[in-house]
Amino acid sequence: MSVITSERMLRVNPLRRLLVRPEIGAVAGSIAVWIFFAIVAGSSGFVSSRGASSYLSVSAELAILAVPVALLMIGGEFDLSVGSTVGATGMIIAILSAQFGWNIWASFVAALIFAVLIGIMNGYLVMRTRLPSFIVTLGTAYILFGVTSGVTSLVTGLTVVNGLDQAPGYSSAHAIFATALGGGQQFPIEIIWALALVALATWLLLGTSFGNWIFGVGGDANAARNIGVPVTRVKILLFIGTAVCACLLAIIQDVTFTNADVLRGQGSEFYAIVAAVVGGVLLTGGYGSAIGAMFGALAFGMVEEGIVFAGVNAEWYKAVIGIILLLAVLLNSYVRKLAMEARR
Amino acid sequence: MSTTNTAPLIDVQNVSKYFGSVIALKDISMSVNAGEVMCLLGDNGAGKSTLIKILSGVHQPSEGRYLFDGKEAHFSSPRDALSVGIATVYQDLAMIPLMGISRNFFLGSEPTKGWGPFSRFNVKFADQVTREELAKMGIQVREMTQPVGTLSGGERQSVAIARAVYFGAKVLILDEPTAALGVKEAGVVLRYIAQARARGLGVIFITHNPHHAYPIGDYFTILNRGSSYGTFAKSEISREELTAMMAGGEALEELSHELAEFALTDEKARAALAEAAREFEAEAQGLHVEQLPSKFLEAEHQYADQLPPTDGEGKR
Repeated sequence: MSVITSERMLRVNPLRRLLVRPEIGAVAGSIAVWIFFAIVAGSSGFVSSRGASSYLSVSAELAILAVPVALLMIGGEFDLSVGSTVGATGMIIAILSAQFGWNIWASFVAALIFAVLIGIMNGYLVMRTRLPSFIVTLGTAYILFGVTSGVTSLVTGLTVVNGLDQAPGYSSAHAIFATALGGGQQFPIEIIWALALVALATWLLLGTSFGNWIFGVGGDANAARNIGVPVTRVKILLFIGTAVCACLLAIIQDVTFTNADVLRGQGSEFYAIVAAVVGGVLLTGGYGSAIGAMFGALAFGMVEEGIVFAGVNAEWYKAVIGIILLLAVLLNSYVRKLAMEARR
Repeated sequence: MSTTNTAPLIDVQNVSKYFGSVIALKDISMSVNAGEVMCLLGDNGAGKSTLIKILSGVHQPSEGRYLFDGKEAHFSSPRDALSVGIATVYQDLAMIPLMGISRNFFLGSEPTKGWGPFSRFNVKFADQVTREELAKMGIQVREMTQPVGTLSGGERQSVAIARAVYFGAKVLILDEPTAALGVKEAGVVLRYIAQARARGLGVIFITHNPHHAYPIGDYFTILNRGSSYGTFAKSEISREELTAMMAGGEALEELSHELAEFALTDEKARAALAEAAREFEAEAQGLHVEQLPSKFLEAEHQYADQLPPTDGEGKR
């Protein structure tokens, strides 16, 4: 059929259409960060494959949290309990396998079931109480962290449980979750996991009905409910998604380090939100992309590792992250403004 | 009131709704047939919203009968009503401003292709259908990914109406679709209502503006303080009668008293000014005065806004 046009519409510059993608801020930020550290720390190996391996590893681990968090935020909710879920599920696996000698795969299943229950609890509490998810999940985060620490010291008397490599099934788990790929420079397999997750999330968001519902419930939950979107189900599924991905990260870290630490994951809930927001996800919901969250995580990882390569005290990286966050949010809000008028 | 033999699409008989001790609706009867526009009029607080919430399945009537297509209807949710073909376009439009037009159009009823867990949202089909449906209503949009927030209020209403029609609505309930619109845009929406009627839908058009209702309506039901003044065919009622009935007889009478009061004040002013002018003239004839009499100044000051403007030297 012919394209219908109106005299009230101007042709849109294709460059400008590219500019209004939600992830543009994170892509530009990633490039800027890479160029900056290539200049500052290029001589000490940032641009080498060794440098790439180190920041891609950090970025991949963050992306595994940031991508489901981005989906949840597009759906209009926050989850501050992902960090505590990483610690809790990691410790469940370690206690069951290192302490009680379970097959490590059975422990994974137990941890995954636990994660699903955490997700359902978060989602149900938020939807039932109609309180802001920021507060509800902050509460469950503290509960989860407290219970994990308490139970761990009760059962083991320690806060770090070692010896996972002695558990039955460890070698096959290592091959899937912690092996290194590549000939010369080794890249951890978690990068593949992160990329697969981004692909899955992007397909879910843009290619399925469920993705349309995510945008709908985040944009206006009431309107979406009025027209027949099962709002409660969508949001609970998104909470389950963040918890399950937190469990995936816990599995990868447990298998990689052969131990679990109750402190593991603490603070990463905010890093995940930062990565999602840098990646163009709107804090109020209804807008964003999984690819953007991936680039947000990439920029984050490059800053964290780049500072080490530059020989500066690593504590500075938080200041740089803060600056990037503010700049990216400014850029993103400008881009969104363009998007809302771009095709008028 | 219908000329056809078939049962009306929607027929409510002596419906009442109580919220605790509050009587929100008392003994309301109304009906709408296919290919008719029934206008539901009433001032704020008349009970329009409660009635449409009963019609669309949000509330259940406390008393009375609700027939859909001749059969007793018991809807427990808006989804129930929607599934038999009662589509309600709410004031808030049920649209997501940041989402694209076709994604909004199909939100909650996405077309898919493929099977099982691999079924995908058929974006191409959604775009094409949305474009065609909007074209039927005379709206031209180049890009279906354009956020709904960039459309004007009238266009958004039209997308919502087009969506309801496409998804097989038999009855279209429009909750104040013209309330927030400019004159031209309201006209556009009224045209879509006419188109929906021409396509054989029964339309219930809720408004408090008789000037929007009169040109489009076939029948008018007027609500006032929770009860009905009755239903009138267009031939039985004039626009003025409609307006008068909507405002409520007493209220209008009060208003006319007030207006008469204003007119009286005007007369008093004129009389006072004329009196002052006469006095001034009489005094001016007798002696040349430099100073205006204080009475004149007082009168002029008091009724300054009703006098014609002066030129620079104080002459009129």
